Amino acid sequence: MSLVLTNARFHLLETLRVPIAVLGSTFFPAASMLFFVVPFTGDDPAGATFATASMVTFAVMTSNLFGYGVGVAADRAEPWDPYTRTLPAGPGPRFGGRIIAGLAMTFLSLLPVFLIAAFLTAAHTTVAGLLLGVGAAFVAAVPFTFMGLAIGYALPMKAALAVAQIIFFPLAFLGGLLSAPRQAPSFVEAVAPYLPTRGAVELMWAAVGDFPLRPLSVAMLGVWTVAAGAMAAWAYHRDEGRRFR
Amino acid sequence: MTLASAVDVTRRYGAEIALAGVSLDIQPGELIGLLGPNGAGKSTLVNLLAGLRRPSSGTVTLFGGDPREPARRQHIGLTPQETGLPPTLRVGECIDYVAAHFDNPLERDEVLTRFGLNGLVKRQAGGLSGGQKRRLAIALAFVGRPRLVFLDEPTTGLDVEVRHVLWDVIRAFHAEGGTVLLTSHNLEEVEALATRVIVLGAGRILADDTVSAIRGLVGVHRVSMASTPLPRLRGVVSTSESDGRLHLLTPDPDQLVRDLVTATVPFRDIEIRPTTLEEAFLQLTAA
Repeated sequence: MSLVLTNARFHLLETLRVPIAVLGSTFFPAASMLFFVVPFTGDDPAGATFATASMVTFAVMTSNLFGYGVGVAADRAEPWDPYTRTLPAGPGPRFGGRIIAGLAMTFLSLLPVFLIAAFLTAAHTTVAGLLLGVGAAFVAAVPFTFMGLAIGYALPMKAALAVAQIIFFPLAFLGGLLSAPRQAPSFVEAVAPYLPTRGAVELMWAAVGDFPLRPLSVAMLGVWTVAAGAMAAWAYHRDEGRRFR
Repeated sequence: MTLASAVDVTRRYGAEIALAGVSLDIQPGELIGLLGPNGAGKSTLVNLLAGLRRPSSGTVTLFGGDPREPARRQHIGLTPQETGLPPTLRVGECIDYVAAHFDNPLERDEVLTRFGLNGLVKRQAGGLSGGQKRRLAIALAFVGRPRLVFLDEPTTGLDVEVRHVLWDVIRAFHAEGGTVLLTSHNLEEVEALATRVIVLGAGRILADDTVSAIRGLVGVHRVSMASTPLPRLRGVVSTSESDGRLHLLTPDPDQLVRDLVTATVPFRDIEIRPTTLEEAFLQLTAA
């Protein structure tokens, strides 16, 4: 366990020593709130709350897919990475440390979103709702973390970036993140429960507002989490570092 | 007890064969120089022994087990490439990070002192000079109190002073019973440190013996002297000239001297010595 924390600490140190990177990761979700939620939700508290929850899910997904996908692929291209693999530790502590550091950074990047929602929109929730929402965001982060890790360990950096870009938008749109609850086009409503984004956003909606969870979406979120975890472990094991020919 | 071994190990990358049927044992207390031109398979061999890659066929063992199991790596130490140190982490943090992986690591201050890194604890690795980075990289190999250390080109490109400091550290580790596998292009380094030399060429072991045996393997001596141009002499493999001296390579230096005397060649300052490792090495890998 202490090795997990050691890895987390060093990941965070590396990130925080480049302040512009921290600014970059907090900018995107905050800007999305300002451009897509604040002007359109008006004084509809339920609408603003659900839209904020969707935006948080969107931010959690993108920051994890790109953060891990591109971050891991970039690290693997550095000679420090194969060196750390010769140290007497398996993948567990490195995965664990990365995930804790990633959650901390995700939480940091969501702070401005909470502030914007609280002061600039009609969004409203209870203290319990807010805490549940934070918990839901952490649960929702897990499958996207694993997907990011799988991409990062399986692909070189440029390919990882491309794949993350190709999958994030369909996941967001088809999962119904870009529509209010039950107001997505019918084909989206049909496929959404089978995508991890839907289960994730439903957890968020149910946490902060009045939304009945659908067992199918939540079960599929579990399936995606396990499958993505297995893919990440597989990608890690087959990775032997980058080799140029 | 054998610390590490490879038995009939072959490693392919696609169609390319990096190692072809390599077998070797590393015994406690050895200081082995692993020599070979680029692409000979040196890094692949080290990567296999350290558990970074799997052999395509054959068996690799480290402390009696599969080097890919983390516990088997508890008693080894490797150097990262100095270009690969995480640039934003401080020197002390790099040492702490590595130390956290081992059961019984060296104290941080001891590492700093032994490698002349005192005063640099708070410096970020990205801001160190080349020599400082290399000292840190090599220090990291020793942080876990290893029994077997893999050093890749430890002092290539460093100035003489730093090189000798690092050589002393390696010798001291060896004198205390430590085992070293040293990869190098630098034959002077291998000659200065190694007790055993393995020459690798095109994925095969070409020679595996003591430094003097490797030199003797080629069976050629070098006869140098100041002289006027020479007549044709029997048994001379090659002739070269530098600094006003002639250098002759021959398998039979005694006969060559007799012939020089018989031919009344006006030579002086004659010097006869076995070929250097470099000369032996060039001959082995060219064959």
